[in-house]
Amino acid sequence: MRKQRLIVIGAGMASGRVLDHLIEADPDAFDITLFNAEPRGNYNRIMLSPVLAGDKSYEEIVTHDDAWYATHNVACRFGEAIARVDTAAKAVTTQTGEVLAYDKLLLATGSTPFIIPLPGHDLDGVIAYRDLEDTRKMMAMGPGNRVVVIGGGLLGLEAAAGMAARGVDVTVVHIMGHLMERQLDETAGFLLRTSLEEKGITILCGANSQQVLGADGHVRALRLDDGTELPCDLLVMAVGIRPNAALAQTAGLAVGKGIHVDDQMITSDNDVLAVGECVEHDGALFGLVAPLYDQAKVAAQTLLGQQAAFTQKSLSTKLKVTGCDLFSAGDFADGTGREDIVFRDPARGIYKRLVIEGDRLIGAVMYGDTADGNWFFGLIRDATPIEQMRETLIFGPAYQGGTQSDPLSAVAALPRDAEICGCNGICKGTITDAIAGGATDLVAVRTATKASASCGTCTGLVEQLLQVTLGDAFTIPASQTLCGCTTLSHEDVRRLIKSRALQSQPAVWQELGWSTPNGCHICRPAVNYYLLADWPLAYRDDPQSRFVNERKHANIQKDGKFSVVPRMWGGITTPAQLRAIADAAERFDVPTVKVTGGQRIDLLGVKGPDLPLIWADLNRAGLVSGHAYSKGLRTVKTCVGTDHCRFGTQDSTGLGIKLEKILWGAWTPHKLKLAVSGCPRNCAEATCKDIGVVCVDSGYQIGIGGAAGMDVKETELLAQVPSEEEAIEIVVAVTQAYREGARYLDRIYKWLGKVGLDWVNETVVDDLENRKALVARFELSQSIYRKDPWAEHTVDAKKYAPLADLTMEAAE
Amino acid sequence: MSWIDIGHIDDIPLLGARVVKTPVGCVALFRTGKAEVFAASNTCPHKRGPLSEGIVHGQKVTCPLHNWVFDLNTGLAQGEDGQIAVYPVRLDGGRILLNAAAIGKRSAA
Ligand code: SRM
Ligand SMILES: Cc1cc2nc3c(=O)[nH]c(=O)nc-3n(C[C@H](O)[C@H](O)[C@H](O)COP(=O)(O)OP(=O)(O)OC[C@H]3O[C@@H](n4cnc5c(N)ncnc54)[C@H](O)[C@@H]3O)c2cc1C
Ligand code: SF4
Ligand code: FES
Repeated sequence: MRKQRLIVIGAGMASGRVLDHLIEADPDAFDITLFNAEPRGNYNRIMLSPVLAGDKSYEEIVTHDDAWYATHNVACRFGEAIARVDTAAKAVTTQTGEVLAYDKLLLATGSTPFIIPLPGHDLDGVIAYRDLEDTRKMMAMGPGNRVVVIGGGLLGLEAAAGMAARGVDVTVVHIMGHLMERQLDETAGFLLRTSLEEKGITILCGANSQQVLGADGHVRALRLDDGTELPCDLLVMAVGIRPNAALAQTAGLAVGKGIHVDDQMITSDNDVLAVGECVEHDGALFGLVAPLYDQAKVAAQTLLGQQAAFTQKSLSTKLKVTGCDLFSAGDFADGTGREDIVFRDPARGIYKRLVIEGDRLIGAVMYGDTADGNWFFGLIRDATPIEQMRETLIFGPAYQGGTQSDPLSAVAALPRDAEICGCNGICKGTITDAIAGGATDLVAVRTATKASASCGTCTGLVEQLLQVTLGDAFTIPASQTLCGCTTLSHEDVRRLIKSRALQSQPAVWQELGWSTPNGCHICRPAVNYYLLADWPLAYRDDPQSRFVNERKHANIQKDGKFSVVPRMWGGITTPAQLRAIADAAERFDVPTVKVTGGQRIDLLGVKGPDLPLIWADLNRAGLVSGHAYSKGLRTVKTCVGTDHCRFGTQDSTGLGIKLEKILWGAWTPHKLKLAVSGCPRNCAEATCKDIGVVCVDSGYQIGIGGAAGMDVKETELLAQVPSEEEAIEIVVAVTQAYREGARYLDRIYKWLGKVGLDWVNETVVDDLENRKALVARFELSQSIYRKDPWAEHTVDAKKYAPLADLTMEAAE
Repeated sequence: MSWIDIGHIDDIPLLGARVVKTPVGCVALFRTGKAEVFAASNTCPHKRGPLSEGIVHGQKVTCPLHNWVFDLNTGLAQGEDGQIAVYPVRLDGGRILLNAAAIGKRSAA
């Protein structure tokens, strides 16, 4: 039997996904021909903004390349538009008059940008922002050029920020009273405006365009209705889109604002499907990719004869402009019966507003700190009852479960079918039944129901359920709280340090109601770490809140002596360094010289007062602290890689050294060990490190969450990237994400268990703006901490000696 | 009673400690506040951990080796069966004065 012929019109984001799903499920189901009016195949259109800003190249945003189409036998007709569809004859006609027959047709024609029909709109240099051509025209602008962007929505602002980053003098003309009025309320719009103005962008709100002025057929200025003239070399209109439904309409398919489709993505003709921005489903149009991906999946299933149905979900928005951290979801218009919860921190430019109706969250707008965006979005999408956490809702998920909000009554109030364990889909009822059936502690509940057996983030909730159900027969383990000085958990403290801008230890003790004057040996190191991680400039590390090893920059041993481990970058040393180590060992009577598991040498048994002296000797030979004692970067193990090994694929030693030089000195929640192997034989054991890189022919595989201590864990693959530069960027970004998010004394694998690999992937790998921002914050912190603590301490050597020696005088 | 001047309070970091060698062994001086100093044995009765290397909090210190916590007023370990010797110490202006007799010295030098 001959294969069915599938013709796809439009190689955009939606059709790309359909092809992926189709080919994954059944590569032989169809003979596929793909038409695209643009002279290229599928690419990630939303990434045009990073391309414009210069953060990405076009090549990097291609989702399907020639090789992919060739491998999967997709016949490509790029640069060819379809002019007509004849549903009766089941054939399409190309621009050039060629006729092709189909068995199934998929319309994925996207949308067309709306051009305001102002006088002069057809002048040269008046463009929209939709495709690579538009992007290139904007990229041709530079310092000395002036550009006006009409439209202060998502697209217009990304265009403006991208060009401003290129040194272009940009003015945004927006007709409404504040920016992004569909996604933001006035306050958030104001904060956004302020940060864009700081980037040098001029913003005119409430401004009505009247006419485009030209000279020699080219745009020269935009005139507003108040007579203002804004001179420009390029005028970008980013004022909205219209579904591209003309082709369907002339073919006689049912079309409203877009092409009508049913839940199976089938149009009014049974053999014609449509997906993407060109469709209208149940009265709704689409302008963001999330629902298009859902549609694509359904369309592929429908084509394969499987049952599937598309349902609309609520959407959230982010702006891809560095330094403008905003998030919006749901409906936040004022209205009767609606109630607002607002949190503002003017000093840090943070604004959060939640809109509540009845006992549901229906809208959220956040600016400045958007970390909890997805959690709020989940509450909106799932219409979760929030009555019980209303008081503390605005502080986000980590705060829920804090004692102030009386977590027990919140849990007690949850309905039986409330989902407790998201990983395993376990509801409250299942858990309480198990408890009633005799599972009276956490382990038993886990065994009986699987709840909290995967990522563990719901452990607190399960414990609260145990307490609610069993009463006094169960007490929540004290480890829930940070230590005996407080009733708050680590998560609460981290969150409050940020949200209340607490920048010193006394501020934490005071504002968070510590029951002791200055903490204890458990909370002080944690709080010290949180403060320095969150406020690298305002707060300075406090040695007195450090465990002795980190205060003295050496490992204390059972007899009170210390071990000294100098750094050997990437495990590489020199004869001169070895000689210096040997000399130091002799001079200070070091009893044991040992090769460590971290590819360097340990001098064990050094007397406390000798520490600054031995460091001074080692410093002179160029040796610095190896931080073998720190909750910070330990070593980057490497193998010999391409330098010597017959299998090496990349310069693993070189990359290891680079990483060590970037990361050293940074404090982290727990110790951080890296390794780089030159090929999958993995001689550097990269797959059991906190972060491990395995070099392969095509690039670098970055894995995270490995360990080989009390728990043995293999890393999980976070990303594979082609260049060393990007590998380094991702390693640094994930380190910073870990620094900012993890609980003190959680290794990466524990943190990963809580946040999930998907989240790290989305925020660190996929979200380029965020990746860059993480790197920038890491660098800011490293401007303080990337230095040798030994060198600093050799100068006040006398602090390592006794304050006084009264034994000598006794002998007088 | 005679007192020995052993240094200035600012020689000890706030919430930190320094050691003084004496005829009765190493004595640790703990600075628990801007103008508050305690003197106690530097040696943990558990496994001889050096208490001056511990974290100082409130009027207590935590041993760096296995986290026993000692009250510096009494020398008693919290929740453990153990006690360290504590020695009289006082401040005169910024100077730290240690009681000579208590640490086995007959007279001030
Ligand atoms: C020196 C060294 C052993 C050796 O002779 O090779 C060593 C020595 C110590 N390790 Fe280790 N570890 C050493 C490599 C390792 C390794 C192997 C590796 O890194 O490749 C592991 C397993 C890998 C891992 O970490 O996942 C390892 C897992 C641990 C653990 C368990 C950590 C965990 O999360 O399960 C601890 C305990 C802790 O950190 O809480 C630990 C703690 C310690 C401490 C610091 C114990 C302490 O707190 O006093 C030891 C200090 C001894 C001393 O007096 O200097 N050491 N330790 C190694 C130093 C490497 C370096 O150059 O920096
Ligand atoms: C700069 C920019 C930034 C964006 N940022 C985001 C974002 O951050 N988040 C988000 O969710 N969304 C974003 N979007 C929106 C998102 O890109 C669109 O929702 C998505 O691309 C729509 O996919 P689609 O497949 O429906 O249409 P498209 O991707 O537009 O693909 C349609 C394709 O069909 C072709 N075509 C049209 N007619 C014909 C014909 N007759 N014959 C042959 N080919 C034809 C077109 O040339 C086009 O290539 C952004 C859009 C732009 C332009
Ligand atoms: S891992 Fe590969 S490159 Fe590294 S030493 Fe072994 S074989 Fe060579
Ligand atoms: S030596 Fe002090 S607690 Fe063990």
